Amino acid sequence: MRTSARRRGVAAAAAMAVSAVGLAACSGGGGGAAEATCTNEIKQPDAAQVTVWAWYPAFDKIVDNFNETHTDLQVCWTNAGQGADEYNKFQTAIEAGTGAPDVIMLEAEVLPTFTILESLVDLSEYGAAELEGDYTAGSWSDVSNGDAVYAIPVDGGPMGLLYRADIFEEYGVDVPTTWDEFATAAQDLRDAGFEGSITDFPTNGAALNYALFAQNGWEPFQYDAAKPTEVGINVDSPEAEEVLTYWKGLIDDDLVATEDAFTTDYNAALVDGTYAVYLAAAWGPGYLQGLSEADADAEWRAAPLPQWDPENPVQVNWGGSTFAVTTQSEQPEAAATVAKELFNTDEAWKLGVEDAALWPQWKPMLESDWFTGLEAPFFGGQKINEDVFLDAAKGYEGFSFSPFQVYAYDQQTQALFDMVENDTDAGTALSTVQDGLVQYATEQGFTVTE
Amino acid sequence: MSESKSVVAPSKSRPTSKIASRRQRWGYVYVAPFAAVFAVFLVLPLGYALWMSLHNKGIATAGRSVFVGADNYVKAFTDPVFLEGLWRVLRFVLVMVPVQIVVALVAALLLDTLATRLSKATRLLIFVPYAIPAVIGALMWGFLYSPRFGPAGDLFGLVGLTAPNFLSSANVFGSLVNIVTWQWVGYYMIIIYAALRSIDPSIYEAAVLDGADGRQIALRIKVPMISSSMVMIVVFALIGTLQFFTEPQVLRSSAMGAIPTDYTPNMYAFATAFNYSQFNYASTLAFALGFLVFVGSYVFLFLTRKQSGLK
Repeated sequence: MRTSARRRGVAAAAAMAVSAVGLAACSGGGGGAAEATCTNEIKQPDAAQVTVWAWYPAFDKIVDNFNETHTDLQVCWTNAGQGADEYNKFQTAIEAGTGAPDVIMLEAEVLPTFTILESLVDLSEYGAAELEGDYTAGSWSDVSNGDAVYAIPVDGGPMGLLYRADIFEEYGVDVPTTWDEFATAAQDLRDAGFEGSITDFPTNGAALNYALFAQNGWEPFQYDAAKPTEVGINVDSPEAEEVLTYWKGLIDDDLVATEDAFTTDYNAALVDGTYAVYLAAAWGPGYLQGLSEADADAEWRAAPLPQWDPENPVQVNWGGSTFAVTTQSEQPEAAATVAKELFNTDEAWKLGVEDAALWPQWKPMLESDWFTGLEAPFFGGQKINEDVFLDAAKGYEGFSFSPFQVYAYDQQTQALFDMVENDTDAGTALSTVQDGLVQYATEQGFTVTE
Repeated sequence: MSESKSVVAPSKSRPTSKIASRRQRWGYVYVAPFAAVFAVFLVLPLGYALWMSLHNKGIATAGRSVFVGADNYVKAFTDPVFLEGLWRVLRFVLVMVPVQIVVALVAALLLDTLATRLSKATRLLIFVPYAIPAVIGALMWGFLYSPRFGPAGDLFGLVGLTAPNFLSSANVFGSLVNIVTWQWVGYYMIIIYAALRSIDPSIYEAAVLDGADGRQIALRIKVPMISSSMVMIVVFALIGTLQFFTEPQVLRSSAMGAIPTDYTPNMYAFATAFNYSQFNYASTLAFALGFLVFVGSYVFLFLTRKQSGLK
C-alpha cells in the first residue's frame, strides 16, 4: 500500500512539474520591454538598445541605416500594429504600468490623447526645442505646447486633389479649383455621360472630413496640455455646417458616392475609374500605387485642393506621424536621441521618400532640390511635390485635436452615417456630435467650455 | 438521477481509515495544478476586474482612482448605449438560437435515419465550417457580402435583379445571423447526432411493431430522449449569443456605419477599454453583462430542469 501511494505521489509531482514547465513556457513570451525580441538585426551587440514601435512601410531599412551609423545606440524595432491596433496596446501598457516601448510612433492627432494620460516625456528637457527650425511650422505646432515638446515630427499629409486626367478630358470637363467649380464639374461629368461619381465622401473618413471642415476655418477643440482639465468643444460651428451641407447637397443629388473608406471595395473603386477624383494627402500617391486591379488606361495627375475663397487659399493636412518617448522608458535620454535621429539625415529620408512614400516634415529634405524636383512616374512624370504638395505643406498652420480623439472620431463617423442613411441635415449631425462630446468630456472630469 | 445518489451515499458513511485519509491528501496534489491555473488565470483577474468596476478614473483626472461603490453599475444599467446593445443581442437570441437549433436538429435526424455513404460525407460537410476559426469565417463572409467582389451581384444579375446591400444597417442583422448559423450548426448537429446514436435501437423496433411511422419515431421518441443534449446546446447558443463579439467586430472593418463600436455589449466594453482607455467602466460593463448571462442561463436551466434531467 505504502509503495503504491508513494509511486502515485511521484506521478503527481511529475504531473505538477510538467504543468509548471508548461506555465513557464507560456509566460516566456511576456518579458519586459528591455529584453524584447527585435524584428531587426542588432549591429552593435554591446551598445545600449532602445525599443521602438512603428508601422512605417520599409521601416526595416531606416532602422538598419540608424544602427549602421550609430555605435553607442541601437534601435530594437517592433511593428505593434497599425494605428488603432498599436494605440490599443499602448493604452493597455499605460494602464498596466509596464510593457510600453521607449519610443513610439504616434499620429499627431492622438498626441493630446496620450499627453493627458501623462504617458509621453516632454522632450524639451533633451534638447528638442532647439530643433524647431528644422521642421515645418504646422508640424511643430502639432507636437508642441508652449515650451513643451511631446514628439518629433516625421511625416505629414498636406492635401491635394488627385484626378483622372483621361476622364476629365474624355467628358470635356475642366479640373475644378474652387468648391463651387467642383460641384459644377460633378454635374457636368454626370451630364456628359460619366457613369461613376466625381468622388467619394466616406462617412467613416473622419480624419479626411476634419481636414475638409478645417479648410473653412473650423476649430472644434481648444485644448492646452498645460491646463489638462479644461477643454473647449465647438464642433457644430457654422464653418463646419457650411462644408457638411455642401457635401450633403452633392450626396442628395447623387453626384458623390458615400462608400466607406479603406475597405477592399473602396480601394478597387479608387483605381478602377469609378471615381474621377481622389481627395488625397501627400501619402495618397503612394497608397494609390499600392492598389491592384487598376484601370490600365488611367492617367493620374495632381492639382491643388479646391478652395472656398480663392483670394485667401487655406491649406490643410490629413494624417502625419511623429516619434514620442514614453514615460515608462528607463533611458529617456537615449530614447530622445533615437526619436530625433531616426529621420534626420538625407540618407534616411531618401529611403523614407523612395521606399515608404513618406512626406517629410524635416525641412532640409523638404526644401532640397532633389525632393522638390522629383518626377512621379505614376503621374506621367509630373513634379507633384513642386506643383501641389509643397505649397500645401508650407501653408499648413497646425490643428488642435482633443484629448479623446478616438472617441470624437467614432462619434462623428456614426453621426455622418446616420445623416446619409436617415437623410437628416448637416446641422443635426453636427449637433449630435457636439452634445455627445460635451457629455462625454464632462463625465471624464473636464471643465467644458462651448 | 436517483441511481447516482445511491452510489454516492455509502462512500460518505464509510469510516475513514488512516490509509484512506493519507490517500486523500494526494488527491489535493492532483487537483493543485488545475487549482493554481484556475486561481491565477480566472479567479484573480475576475477579482481585479470587480475591484476596478467599483472604482473610477476619468481621463482628466488621470492617475487618481477613486472608490465609487455601485455608481458605475447604476451608470451602466441606465446607459442607453449599453441597454440598446443588450436589446440588440436579445433580438439575436430570439432569432439566431431557434434557427440554429432547428437546422441542426433536422440535419441530425436526417443523418441518423440515412445510413448511406453520402450521409457520412454530408455530416462532414455540415461540420466543416466549425473547423474554420471564427475570425477567418467572418473575413470570408465579408468578401462574399461585398457588392463588388461578392457573388451576389452576378447571381441576382442572372435573373435581372439587383443584389441587396448585405452590409447596410437594415440588412446587417440578417447577414450576421447567417454567418453564425453557418459556423455553429455543424457543431450542434454533431452533439445531437452523438446523442441520437446512443439511443438503444430496440426502442425503435418496438415502436415500429406498435405501428409508429418515421415522423412519429423522430418527434415522439428521438427528440424527447435527447432533450438533455438539446438543453445543453441551447445554453451554449444562449451564452455565445449574449456575448456576441467576434463576427460583428470583424465585419465592422467593411461596414463601420452599420456596425458601430457599441453594436453589442461586449464590443462596447472592448471599445471603452482599449479605444477610449476607460478600463474601470469597461470592467463594469463586462461584469454587468456577465451577471446577466449568468441570470439568463440560470433561468433557462431552471425552466428546463425537467428536460435536462438536472432535477
